Amino acid sequence: MSRFIVRRFAAMILVMVLLTMIVFGLSHATGDPRYMYMSEYSTGSTSAEMWEAQGKRLGLDKPLHIQYGLWLGRSLKGDFGTSLTYNKNSIDVISEGLTGTLQLTSVSFVFAILLGVPLGVLSAVKRATFWDYLGRSFALIGQSAPPFWIAIVCIFVFAVYLGWLPTSRRGDWTHYVLPVITLGWMPASALLRLVRSSTLEVLDSEFVKLAKAKGVSNTTVIWKHAFRNSLIAPLTFTMVLLAGFLTGTVVTETVFAWPGLGRMAVRAALNMDFPLITALAMVFGLMFLFTSFIADVIYGLVDPRIRYDR
Amino acid sequence: MTVKFDINTLQQDSLWAKSVLFVRSYPILPVVIVLTLVICGIFAPLVAPNHPLEGELENRQLPPVWLEGGSSQYLLGTDHIGRGILTRIIFGARISLTISVVVLIGGVALGTIAGLVAGYIGGILDEIVMRLVDFTFAMPFIVVALVASVVWGQSMTLMIILLVLFTWAPFARQVRAETLLLKSSDYVSLARVAGASGPRIAFRHILPGLVNTVMVLSSLQVGNLILTESVLSFLGIGLPPPAPTWGTMVSEGRQYVSTAWWLCFFPGFAIMLVVFSMNFFGDWLRDKLDPRLRQL
Repeated sequence: MSRFIVRRFAAMILVMVLLTMIVFGLSHATGDPRYMYMSEYSTGSTSAEMWEAQGKRLGLDKPLHIQYGLWLGRSLKGDFGTSLTYNKNSIDVISEGLTGTLQLTSVSFVFAILLGVPLGVLSAVKRATFWDYLGRSFALIGQSAPPFWIAIVCIFVFAVYLGWLPTSRRGDWTHYVLPVITLGWMPASALLRLVRSSTLEVLDSEFVKLAKAKGVSNTTVIWKHAFRNSLIAPLTFTMVLLAGFLTGTVVTETVFAWPGLGRMAVRAALNMDFPLITALAMVFGLMFLFTSFIADVIYGLVDPRIRYDR
Repeated sequence: MTVKFDINTLQQDSLWAKSVLFVRSYPILPVVIVLTLVICGIFAPLVAPNHPLEGELENRQLPPVWLEGGSSQYLLGTDHIGRGILTRIIFGARISLTISVVVLIGGVALGTIAGLVAGYIGGILDEIVMRLVDFTFAMPFIVVALVASVVWGQSMTLMIILLVLFTWAPFARQVRAETLLLKSSDYVSLARVAGASGPRIAFRHILPGLVNTVMVLSSLQVGNLILTESVLSFLGIGLPPPAPTWGTMVSEGRQYVSTAWWLCFFPGFAIMLVVFSMNFFGDWLRDKLDPRLRQL
């Protein structure tokens, strides 16, 4: 197990380095960031010396791989460079946006689990009945409808037509309802399908049949025997889900004007704010790698049948 | 009195029962929807009732034909500059179709070859390919797409390249796993004993065994692909504006949602129908060809 963790960790670092190189290279191809502050042609206000001084300050006078090395060294110390649009250290800008995103993601995550797991079990236990079809339709819509469209339809129905809920920004709990539905529906559907199929598999197994045969009550069979054993695959999957929330947050935060990292990423890219976008990519990548690492370890702890040392 | 059980009478039950059985065992509706998409995509200029890019300003924001004020010229209404929604959806089908087909071919080819090579040759090559797969999964795709579209400008080529980079990894991972299984099978060992060369074993003996997996995975990935494409278009980093992609249409109609809901409702509904069909078809194909892949 410990050998596996070390191996997995080394692979994670390798992927991380590759990630920083790609994103750093990409963001540097965005063009000369000096144009954001000063114009080369307005001779009155910008002199060649100022232009050069600014370039030196941003490290633009050195070759690209040196710039990358310098940047990597700084970023290991938590200094991702000054955001060009916020004029603050990128990591501070990110930590401000992080709360918004974390609040939205955690509520949606809980929503997805509370909806996906019970509906999945229900769908499997009451197979080929009304409940099964209801659960599966819910999952089908969630996996087929584009999230931005769900958001807009919800806004039209609940905010514009019925006037029950606000359309955007943060506030009390009513502000959470629509974004959480938008962000949580797709993961809830994926979870539902997974729980359903694994519950069906377990319900069909010998030990469940034995429990039934010796007269254990239906509820006990479902919750104690079947449910526990069907959780292994979905458990790993919830971590993967958490990592996959990224795409969702970008869309959801954009539609609902929710102040968070997703919307920040769109703006940073459009404003060519490369210190911020590199830092964001790092944070997103790190979050993903970390959660999938945890998922693998949990998987190994929960299911002793899994052998990592080949 | 004996009850005579005759399988023939049971099978020759009412036409209704037969058709119910037929609809249940084959994905009729999804296939019809996808076929409609393909036909609309190919013959868009012939099928579409209006011009996709030129609108008539006096006819802007007309509601669908069944609502008050609708015109039979524009069955699903018109958008904010008077272009027919139905026409733009039909032309949008063309774009979705082109992108899906090209990306799928590219992604499948790249993923299959990478997976086959990794699984068959193994060693350092395997390690490199698998780390690249990990990297692709860990890459914040939307962020990279955002930056790339700003750097190189929005275009069809960029979109296709990005989506191929997004699609190849699951194929590589699955094909590698299958290759490892097939490599240790008896018939491959026999082929080696018979003196077949490495490339010959890989391409003539192992590759055909991967077809089912690749087919199933492709059909399951198409829906994802269309959704991702629409998300990129919606965020404004897909094709440049006049192009009638479904995601762009929803995004353009967004600000008119309180007065003209049909602007973004129908294009989004089209995406949902198509993705639904592809997912449904993929599930059916997987259950038919290879139930082992249920966890995909």
